[in-house]
Amino acid sequence: MELRVAVEKNFGRFLLNADLSVRGKRIGIFGPSGGGKSTLVGLIAGLSRPDRGIITLDGETLFDSSSGINVRTEDRRMGMVFQRPSLFPHLNVKGNLLYGYKRCAPENRKIVFDDVVEVLNIGRLLDSGVKKLSGGEKQRVAIGRAVLGNPRLLLLDEPLSALDDSLKFQIVPFLKNACEAFGIPYLFISHSLLEIRIMTDQVLNVVNGRIVGQTTAEALVRSRMGDSMAGYMNLLQLSAPRQVDALYSYAWGGQQLFTASGDDRPEGLFELSSTDIMLFKSHPEAISARNLLKCRVVGTFQAGNRVGVDLECNGDGRLVAEVVRQAADELGIRAGAEVYAAIKSTAFRKLG
Amino acid sequence: MLGFTNADYSAILLSVKVATVATLLSLPFAFAVAYLMTYRRFRGRIALDVAVNLPLTLPPVVIGYLLLMLLGQQGLVGKLLLQPLGIKLIFTWKAAVIATSVVGFPLMVRSIRTAMEAIDERLVQVSRLLGAAMLDRIITVILPLSIRGIIAGSVLMFARGLGEFGATVIVAGNIPGVTQTIPLAIYEYASSPKGDVMALSLCAISICISVVVLVFHEYLGRRIVRRD
Repeated sequence: MELRVAVEKNFGRFLLNADLSVRGKRIGIFGPSGGGKSTLVGLIAGLSRPDRGIITLDGETLFDSSSGINVRTEDRRMGMVFQRPSLFPHLNVKGNLLYGYKRCAPENRKIVFDDVVEVLNIGRLLDSGVKKLSGGEKQRVAIGRAVLGNPRLLLLDEPLSALDDSLKFQIVPFLKNACEAFGIPYLFISHSLLEIRIMTDQVLNVVNGRIVGQTTAEALVRSRMGDSMAGYMNLLQLSAPRQVDALYSYAWGGQQLFTASGDDRPEGLFELSSTDIMLFKSHPEAISARNLLKCRVVGTFQAGNRVGVDLECNGDGRLVAEVVRQAADELGIRAGAEVYAAIKSTAFRKLG
Repeated sequence: MLGFTNADYSAILLSVKVATVATLLSLPFAFAVAYLMTYRRFRGRIALDVAVNLPLTLPPVVIGYLLLMLLGQQGLVGKLLLQPLGIKLIFTWKAAVIATSVVGFPLMVRSIRTAMEAIDERLVQVSRLLGAAMLDRIITVILPLSIRGIIAGSVLMFARGLGEFGATVIVAGNIPGVTQTIPLAIYEYASSPKGDVMALSLCAISICISVVVLVFHEYLGRRIVRRD
């Protein structure tokens, strides 16, 4: 997917002046609330009209003020999922899901009903009225409805923001799977860095109606590490939980990690702050932390007065730890060095 | 029953007929106007709003008189359109339908418009994003979601139509068996020396029809609530 947008829209007190050009499948639009992210997406979808500028998608002009082109929203083939599910209350789940599919030209119907129902696991809901669904179920149906419209581009406008944390991370895999399974490129709008990291590769940073940066999600997180007390959040996909005494033991690559929180679902996404990883130069004899990993330093990066340390643990696992500069010097932390990382079991926070 | 004459029976039937035809005739126009007022921004929107709502505040007699001027032999529409086509409206039941439509129209538009304004704008946007063009959106989203307002507006207009007097008496006259509706018949009985019993009987019929209409409205409302 290749999207080019250079538009201006004046709202009196707020001016949106966006100029961007992106190519890829998983694109994030990140920025604080009220910065113009949703407005920008509304212009791309055709829900509102720019004062001037151009919008092209894969070479096709959707809007061009100089030649008077303005493709109607209904002809743009954009799928959209909003913060609220906005399901049609007068249709049942099946009717909602098929609304866009029926209106999609037969030659564009590559994504079919049964596959979407399976990926989103909504088979048993099909005949229910939408008012009976839970919040998470509603949002899954909204995702399915947008996907079944066989869009060229999916616009996800804070689709997780209205859900509470545990629900949010239950929806994430569905959303990711649906987009990946059907190969739909998307713009994912969020003010949550965590969501952006999980969902996207490239990120456009929108502040005060302007695109102030275009980077990768990873680089964005690293650049913000220095300003954030919380540090860099490592995201770990852990599997095969076992209960060991009062702790959970999860497999992470070839090794085991002990966590205080957990459940019996086979997979879980955990968050671990760089500030919760303590580094040792040699093997500490006895420590209270339940996890002690032998790691190799892959590289370091500066973030304010702190040093971020890229660690490779037993081959495949990657972690980012952080230390203050003096500590980095004393421990002799540089690429290639071997260190031990100690992590308390309570430092892992289960996301979903 | 109750000693009704043939003219009385036809007055009852005519009342129901005029109110029904006026309601059905107004429905598509009222829906269109409500749609325009809710979803479209255009020049002359306020003028349309005023024009539609004017009958609500004008005395029905004034409306009747203006209609007479417009549709009569010397009137603009009457002379240029109706006469060449050989259509005679004034002093027929059709004139009563037109008078009733004009008087009840704002009630119906208001009711439908209120329902349309309550529709979540997002739902209309979603239907556009999913490929529904204007007519499609109207039929599959706006119409079903404003159905309560449409029903309420129709009932309100029908009920108002049953009671229409002022405008009707001017454009349709008060011809027993031809254009005399229940209110006109009651008026005639009330002004004749021994007409009290008959006037009261017609009042009773009027009340019965109104109760049936209200019960029907309530029934439809409940059915929709249950379906939701």
